[in-house]
Amino acid sequence: MSARPPLLTLSHISHHFGAAPVLDDVSLAVRAGEVHALLGENGAGKTTLMRIATGAIAARDGSVAREAPVAMVHQHFTSIPAFTVAENLALAAGWPHGGPRGRDRAAELIARIGLPLDPTARVDGLSVQLRQRLEIAQALATSARVLLLDEPTAVLAPREVAELLSLVRRLAAEGAAIVLISHKLAEVLEVADTVTVLRAGRVTLHGPMAGQTAASLSEAMIGGAMPPREVTLPAPGGGEPRVRLGPPLVADAPLVLHSGDVVGIAAIEGNGQRDLLRAIAGHRALAGVEVEGTTGLVPEDRGLEGLIGGFTLTENLLLAEVRDGPAWLGWGALEERTATLLTRWDVRGGTPRSAARALSGGNQQKFILGRTLGQAPDVVVAEDPTRGLDVAATAEVHARLRTAAAEGACVVVHASDLDEVRSLATRLLVMHEGVVRELPRDTPRASVGDAMLGLPA
Amino acid sequence: MNTTVVSRRAAVPDLVLTLGAFLLGLALLLAFLSVAGFDAAAGLAALWRGAFGSRYALLSATLVPAAPLLLLGLAFALAARAGALNIGMEGQFAMGAIGATWVGLAVGGWSPLLAIPAVLAAGLVAGAAWIVVPVVLRWRFGVTEVISTLLLNFVAEAAVSWAVTGPLQEASRSYPQSDPIAMSARLPRLLPPDRVHLGFVVALAIAAVLWVILARHRLGFVWRAVGASPRAATVTGRLPVERVAATVLLLSGALAGLGGAIEVSGVSAALYQNLSPGYGFTAIAVALLGRLHPAGIVVAAILFGALQAGAGAMQRDAGIPAVAVHVVQAVVILVMLLATRRRG
Repeated sequence: MSARPPLLTLSHISHHFGAAPVLDDVSLAVRAGEVHALLGENGAGKTTLMRIATGAIAARDGSVAREAPVAMVHQHFTSIPAFTVAENLALAAGWPHGGPRGRDRAAELIARIGLPLDPTARVDGLSVQLRQRLEIAQALATSARVLLLDEPTAVLAPREVAELLSLVRRLAAEGAAIVLISHKLAEVLEVADTVTVLRAGRVTLHGPMAGQTAASLSEAMIGGAMPPREVTLPAPGGGEPRVRLGPPLVADAPLVLHSGDVVGIAAIEGNGQRDLLRAIAGHRALAGVEVEGTTGLVPEDRGLEGLIGGFTLTENLLLAEVRDGPAWLGWGALEERTATLLTRWDVRGGTPRSAARALSGGNQQKFILGRTLGQAPDVVVAEDPTRGLDVAATAEVHARLRTAAAEGACVVVHASDLDEVRSLATRLLVMHEGVVRELPRDTPRASVGDAMLGLPA
Repeated sequence: MNTTVVSRRAAVPDLVLTLGAFLLGLALLLAFLSVAGFDAAAGLAALWRGAFGSRYALLSATLVPAAPLLLLGLAFALAARAGALNIGMEGQFAMGAIGATWVGLAVGGWSPLLAIPAVLAAGLVAGAAWIVVPVVLRWRFGVTEVISTLLLNFVAEAAVSWAVTGPLQEASRSYPQSDPIAMSARLPRLLPPDRVHLGFVVALAIAAVLWVILARHRLGFVWRAVGASPRAATVTGRLPVERVAATVLLLSGALAGLGGAIEVSGVSAALYQNLSPGYGFTAIAVALLGRLHPAGIVVAAILFGALQAGAGAMQRDAGIPAVAVHVVQAVVILVMLLATRRRG
């Protein structure tokens, strides 16, 4: 296998945005038949490297050799919901779309790579899993033989992850070269042949996957041990009842969530968890949800829903309280409170007068958490609060949420990553097709995954 | 619109950009005049004389159109800061003028202390009433106000034609215009005999109030938040975005209607067809040139008032068609839209 020539070779790539170096002398080669894992924290330079590999941007220094077409499969879906599978494939490949000819070519491609897709199905009727398969099919439709997969398992349930990984192996066996970007170490250990780890733009580990462990990869990624994040929590169910979930949300006895609970909600995208979370936060009505006390929401989309990017941090603090605030605004006092918040929550890279969009994602999230928890709500709803954050920032967010629970809040968290839900929560709820049920906290990972898919436990 | 506009820190608008856009427009006008074979230098001199060259030019020419331009510019900016686009100010201006005329004809026996507020109130109410339909269409059916307010301009124009040939036509029934409104309903001149009238002061006062509201009051912050990000305003601010949009559109319509009222009460003293030489559209350029900031709009309104005043002089003294100044207006709109476009 290693005798095969590389399909994609990146040699001594260096790049910088402005004065900040992003990549420093990075080399990487991917051969036909190989699955190459690319690991690294946020900001380590993975995405920039991949954009250089596809030619989306030109490196300042170094060379790129492509022996075959290269395509990137993004985390965010690029297919057009109102089009059929065949139309989307035609659009991606540049085929004449519509008509029987386009359908036939689409059917042929789908059969060749063995995907359970119907060429005539409209994309908005497909599950998340199938939409992701379509993304891969779109990449292959361009006759690419080098596939760059950016965190492809982030949106999938465990069983679906296993299916995706076997598809990846099969594509490699058929002669494709695959770069798999992920932060889930167990997956890459299972599927990849070789691994490259980036830290702050430099290669810290490069070589065959054989012999690596989760610990050795993690060490190479963050260059040290994880920061401690232990917060002692009261026993679950001991505090005051705050949220009651009754029928039609639950099949049998109502679920009662208490202060001091950290409730993790595990669900695959599109099973009603978004409505449930917003209902608990008091932003909409949903049959079966009763909440007692004040609520605070950490919304899923920081940039669009949690902050106004062009407003200052002071204005963003005011945004959350202006509805019930005084008629005349005391900017001086607001600015002082913002400064206090920035200090207390260790928000870096900005002053009360900085625009919110000037902060990094992790610091934006710390600001939002500080703003929400600063109001000391009885119920805290956090939607995917660590999305896009690196390991250190994630640990900090977890610690803050657990502290809030220890101080008497009822914390309800949803995360797209099941492992995160399991490690953070003291109680575990699974939602499937709009119905919620509670599982014991020590339920094995695979069983939780089955419950997320609606399979009997 | 632009980040520097929505940010409180941009309390003083970017004067360099504002003046630069205006001067660029003026430069292109001169280039256009030269190419077209006019004497550009003489044209510019006439423009200056007509706008600022004498006490009369400033106080009887420039500041007279500046008053409605200022009110309409504020009307546009008020809605635009909250993310709503009122393109129907021309129509609301016309309805305000009809309302003011109707009341102005009826208050003959009143003291000016009552008659003038009654006339101005009629303008406010009529302007707001004229935007009720677009507001309801947006609120109930999601119809964009850009189209609905624009289309009602044509209806308003027809309404004026009908009024001056029907119920409000002058007593002799020979001309398409109303009788002059009562003397008690006319806005006093500030510095007689110059024509600048109390309406200009009213407009300045409204600009000041709006400035304070936008910078210091809860309401102004809510408007700006809704305009900058309806999603964040809904989710984080838990603000009623559609209700805010309805409110600002009604206020915007009212201000535009007030513009029509002060024009009748302060200048024309009667209702005519084509009372407005396109103030409702020029005011969009005024608001953009002022970067949607009340102080900037005051400056921009005076500049456009000067342009309007100077255009007449240019035609008279240098034989250049007055409509040529529309070049400046067009360039200003384009430059300001380019400068304030959303960035990725």
